[in-house]
Order: sequence, then structure tokens, then C-alpha cells
Amino acid sequence: MKKLLSGNEAFAYGAYLAGVQLAAAYPGTPSTEIVKNCATYDTIYAEWSPNEKVSLDVATGASYAGRRALCAMKHVGLNVAADSLFSASYTGLKGGLVIINADDPGMHSSQNEQDNRNYAKFAKVPMLEPADSEEAKNYVRIALEMSEQYDTPVLIRTTTRLSHSRTLVEIDDSKRVIPSDEIPAYERNIPKYVMVPGNARRRHPVVEERLQKLAALAETLEINKIEPGNDEIGIITSGVIYQYARDVFPNATILKLGMVWPLPKQMIIDFAKRVKKLVIIEELDPFIEEYVRILGLDCIGKEVYPIEGEYSPSLIREVSYKAGLLTEAPPEVSAASIDLPMRPPMLCPGCGHRGLFYALKRLDATVFGDIGCYTLGAAPPLAAMHTTTCMGGGFGVVHGVDKMGVKDKTVAVLGDSTFFHSGIHPMIDVLYNGGISTLIITDNRITAMTGHQDNPGSGRTLLGEPAERIDIETVVRGLGAKRVEVVNPYEVEQVMKVVKEGLESGEPSVVIARYPCVLHTKEKHPVPTVDTEACTNCGNCLKIGCPPITKGENYVAIDNILCNGCGLCARVCPFNAIKKPEEQ
Amino acid sequence: MQNKVDFIIAGVGGQGTILASDILVEVGYNAGYDVKKSEVHGMSQRGGGVESQVRWGKKVYSPLIEKGKADYLIGFEMLEAARWTEYLNPSSVVYVNKHKMFPPTVTTGQAEYPSETAIEQELISRASRMEWVDAIGLAKELGNPALAGVIMLGRLSADLEVAPELWLKVISELVPAKFVELNKKAFLTGRGIISKSI
Ligand SMILES: Cc1ncc(C[n+]2csc(CCOP(=O)(O)OP(=O)(O)O)c2C)c(N)n1
Repeated sequence: MKKLLSGNEAFAYGAYLAGVQLAAAYPGTPSTEIVKNCATYDTIYAEWSPNEKVSLDVATGASYAGRRALCAMKHVGLNVAADSLFSASYTGLKGGLVIINADDPGMHSSQNEQDNRNYAKFAKVPMLEPADSEEAKNYVRIALEMSEQYDTPVLIRTTTRLSHSRTLVEIDDSKRVIPSDEIPAYERNIPKYVMVPGNARRRHPVVEERLQKLAALAETLEINKIEPGNDEIGIITSGVIYQYARDVFPNATILKLGMVWPLPKQMIIDFAKRVKKLVIIEELDPFIEEYVRILGLDCIGKEVYPIEGEYSPSLIREVSYKAGLLTEAPPEVSAASIDLPMRPPMLCPGCGHRGLFYALKRLDATVFGDIGCYTLGAAPPLAAMHTTTCMGGGFGVVHGVDKMGVKDKTVAVLGDSTFFHSGIHPMIDVLYNGGISTLIITDNRITAMTGHQDNPGSGRTLLGEPAERIDIETVVRGLGAKRVEVVNPYEVEQVMKVVKEGLESGEPSVVIARYPCVLHTKEKHPVPTVDTEACTNCGNCLKIGCPPITKGENYVAIDNILCNGCGLCARVCPFNAIKKPEEQ
Repeated sequence: MQNKVDFIIAGVGGQGTILASDILVEVGYNAGYDVKKSEVHGMSQRGGGVESQVRWGKKVYSPLIEKGKADYLIGFEMLEAARWTEYLNPSSVVYVNKHKMFPPTVTTGQAEYPSETAIEQELISRASRMEWVDAIGLAKELGNPALAGVIMLGRLSADLEVAPELWLKVISELVPAKFVELNKKAFLTGRGIISKSI
């Protein structure tokens, strides 16, 4: 039987079939649904770890214990987990360990466009790259077997298009690996697992030798295969880009790589000899191309196919035609000739973050931000966030800015999930090293941006079991913060007051702006009404950037389907023209 | 069976484009086609534009459709439909829900929402046929604006050589149990529409 599965669902099904017993992740688009779906199989223990490094350590632990384990993350998550990856590369493991890494070419929902194939080379571990959901399912098993046979963690690379496309997958549980229900005996092995210099020096040659063996394997591995065609053009490609290349060059000879590191040297040399023109089509970095060029082979690569941005069959056709690789011109198309206003994402109607950023804007604060739904506080008309880098970045950045004596009203803002991910350490820095920064945690009690995953502050695990909430206020006070205030972000005046006090105190202060995400709790209140007599159309309510409020000829209107009834607009109206129902 | 049928569904987050494209891709598979579907989530959930691409064919490689090669463009919202003109060709067919959702630049008075005639012109000049569907109005009559998507699918289904029973079967499998009857009704309502075609 076949079923339509997204790439991410297929990875989870593959993990189930391969007998994975533990799956850990921190959410991140486009990887989130992998471990979320692992949680639906009762043979897999699955969890949201507080960050990617922890999730990789947890998965490594399971494989040290001799069981098959999976860990998944978005591309920038591997930056956070990199230290653990490099160590696991040296120690090796016992049960298979697969790390699924999701790159995001085109940055549909990311802060950068890094190509994580580079990590495979860097950490000296193999990397597989499936091209559709069926392969996604199968490659998990191949990766785990390779992991056990070669004593190495194995990376699988996916991209947004693979993770979020639905394609057909053969559903067949008959050859499933049934996980052992015996309690594993931990096998001690100090020289292998204790990476002090003396032991690590002995492990390094093992890693190099492993890489040689894997390179030899790459030559015969079934998933690296040549699809013979017209040898005029020979294309080397991998992943979902293979599918685009097939659409654009239906008759070309293609070397489709299922393993993108290490690369099959002899296979590539022979392929280059066989075809007239060697073309490398790969999204992002010239990863395969550089290898091919080092072999002294002539090829067409990044001079034709761009490094930046997401590929599509249209793009490949267009640039291939321009480079003379296709004779038939792409279809003539034209964009609309009228102005089409953009539709950027916005804070949801009723979102508690809005009150906080409105207060910070009124204070004219310089805001060092972070990543989450609250990053939308940087969007106009609020435009009340002035830096956003990587998760957990803002608290450290504000400390540096403050140490330089900048006289702005500087504050830093991050969310509850971000706090547990990487906000605690910079807070320790501010508190211990004589900082004065005002640190704001916007606590909506959920990891909202990536689709409402539970986190240590929300009181529930990924498996749906209740857990003791880790109380942010207690954590902060436990670290030694003296000035700690908990406020309701809709109470704009109160937020302004406590932030101002914190700024003027000359000592570190922490503000927890707490209101559960209304999109998650589905909280809704009666819609406020506009008193059309009293409304002067001054535009003040439009400054909060709430989607249901529309500027009219003489007064504003509120769309009562979109409106969530939070009443922030009523609070900010200087003429009392917007009334919450209870006031009417 | 046709050689290939490529569909683009464009709308705004929350309008049900993902459910509609899930139905469409399943229907294609049930009708004997090789199929693929692609969509982008993420930031788009917060009121941004969303788009799904569905491909039916004898053999489908890329989950993405090429510019100038869409057979059907189904717009759940007028402005969002107009963004996909590059994917049309002189034999494409376009169905657009007669529904405007103002983006923030429009609600705050910084930009203007294009007029109905301007959008119509843009689409018709690049396609063989363009039809406004009052899906939102019909959905409200049925008691739930969220049914507009399935009404649009109903209209589309009248053009395709797939038995309505097959569509209804897939709809029953994919929508939550308590909404099945309502969605079936919405589908048949859409299928029965013969509105002004340009
Ligand atoms: C290292 C890293 N991991 C994961 C992500 C993906 N990501 C972006 S925002 C976010 C969650 C933020 O949650 P929270 O701090 O609670 O803010 P909210 O969205 O709820 O406002 C995640 C997981 C990322 N950008 N970087």
C-alpha cells in the first residue's frame, strides 16, 4: 500500500521501521514535524529537549547505551549542537545514531542560508541526502546501519522542499526492526569514550581511517547511481534538486548522489570521462563542485547556478538556457503589471507581545531582540526591535552595549522557549559580571513560532504527559536577580512603569511579561465597538499594528471576524472612542 | 487520463489552502495519477500569503511547477491570486474566490488594494478562462466561511475527469468527522455553480 507522506512524516516512519527507540529535538522549521511524528509511535520515546545541543547529547546517550537513536534540527540548530557532533564523531557509539538536519534554502523561516553539507566534511561524518519521501523513509535505516557498521554518527540532510512536500511512500511494516525490550547493559570503555587528549589522539586516526573506508563504500553504495541517458550532458546532483534536474533535462545522463559525504571519487572521475559536458547542479554552496575541481576535472557549476536562494525547475531552466545548455527557450512569462501590496506576517490579533512592544515604543527604548513570534515586534508600524541575530543572542548583546556606556534606554527581549534554550547563560553573565541591563522575558507559555510545541515552562511533555512547570521567576531569582517583576503585557502603563524603573535603577532587572498565547489557548473576547461620533481618525490605534483595524474615510473600523477582543486598541485610544463591550 | 495536470492554490494563512491541497493531491492519487504536492509553512502562518502546488501526472519528478506551466490557478483570495500570473499560459484556467482580505499596508492606508477589474484584467490576459466564484458568499450561506475552500474545489472538480464520488470519499477521509456532511454539501454546491465566465 502507498500513502502520501511529507518528507518529515516519512523520516519518522523510517525511524519506526528501523527500530529507533529514542528521538529528541528542539523545534525549528522545517524540521519540527520529524520528532513530533516520532512521538506518535509507541515504540519510540520522544522529547522536546531545551535546545539542540541537549537533544544531540540525549540521542548520543541512547546510542552509547546500545539503542538506535534519532535527533533532528534545523540548520542553525546544528551550530548549537556542533560541539556535541564533533565529540560524537571521535567517540563513535554503540547503537546507531542518525542526525537529521534541515537546511532552509530561500530562508522561508530562518535567519541565514548556511549549507550544512559543510558540517559533514568538517566533523568527518557521512551525510546522506534523500530526494523524496520514499527515500527519506529508506535512508533512515541505511543511515543507522552505516552508523553501527562504521561506528559513526550519520547525518541526513533535508531541505524545506523535501520536508514539506508530500510524495508517495510504500507502507509496509512487515520487515520492521522490533526494538529490544531488554534493559541495555552499559559497556564501559574509557579509551573510547573519555576524550582527554591522550585518548583523543588515539581516536583521531580512527576517524580518518573510518572516512577512508566510507569513501570506498561510496563507490559501490546503491544510493549513488548513474541514470544513463544522452551523454552530451552529464549532471551530478542530489536531493530534491535531482527532481528539478530531471524535469528540465529529461534525457541527460545523471549521477544522482544519495550520499553527499564522503564523495565517490572514482565514480565521479569515470562519470566525467563518459559525458561530454559535466554539469554540477547543487543548491547553495559549491560543495560537490569544489571536490570535482580538486580532482582536476573541468565542470560547469556556480558560474551558471547561483549560490544564493532556493532553486526551482524554472530557475534551473532559465539559467541553463542562458548558459547554452538548453536549446529550447523557457516559456515567456510576465508578472502582474499592477502594484500588488505585500502581505508580510504580523503578530496575530490579540497577541500579548503587541502590548509589550507598544509600551517599549512609547518609552523609545532601543530593543535588543531575539528569535520567536516576538521578532515581529520589529515589523512596522511597531518597529520596536533593533537587533535580532541568533537564539539567545539578545541578552548578551545588551550587556555588551551597556558595558560600553551607551546612553539609550537599552533593553533586551526574548521568549520563554528562547530563555530555556539559551537565555539563561547570558542572564548569568549580566547578574554576575556587574551588569545593569534590563532583561525582558515575554512568556506566552509555549513555543509559538514553530507551531506551539510545549517547553519546560508549559507543564506538558511531547508525549502529552503532565510535567512540573519550571517556573521562570523562580529560576531568575535563584540566579540571584533582585529586581524581578511579573507584568501583564496588555497593561501598557504598568509595563512602561516597571521597565522605566528597571532602566533607572542602575542595576540588573528582569521583567517577565506573561500572557498565554491566545492562538494556542483559543481565548477570544467580545469585539470592541467604534463610537463613530467620538473617533477623530487620529490613527493612534493603527500604531499597534493590529490586523483587524482598518482606516476608513472618517473613522476606523474593526473586522469582527478577525478581531480577538483583547481590547488593546481601546486602551490606546486617546478619545475613548473604542469601547470594550463591558463599558458600553 | 491526461498527461499532466498542475494546480496552484493561493490564499492567506488560515483560509484552508493546505487542507484543500491535501484533498486535491489525494484525489489525483486515487484517480490513478502519480502525484506530488509542495507547500511552505513557517512565517506564513501569521497572516502571510500561503501557496500550495499540486501535480498530477503519469510520472511526476519535481514537486514544484514551472512558471508558465500551471493548468489551474485557484485563488482563495483576490490579491493572492494575482501574485501567480507568471505561472499561467494561454490555456490555463483561473478560479478566484470573490473575497478580499486587506494586508496591513492597506488597512493602515499606505497602499491601495487593486480593483476587481484590474485583477480580472491581469489574470484573463494570461489565461484561457477566468471565473469569479462567490465561494465566500455561498460558504456563509452554509453557515461557515471556512467552507469556501471546499466550494472552490467543487467548482474545479466540474472540469476534471474524476468521479464526484471519489472526491467525496477523499473529503470524508480528510476532514474532521463532525464536519464531513457539511463539507460534502459545500463540495456539491461548488460543483453545481455555473457562474459568469469571462
Ligand atoms: C538555534 C535555533 N533553533 C531553533 C530555531 C527556530 N525557532 C525560531 S523561534 C523559535 C521559538 C521561539 O519560542 P519563544 O521564545 O517561546 O517565542 P514565541 O514564538 O512563543 O513568541 C524557534 C524554535 C532557531 N531560529 N534557531
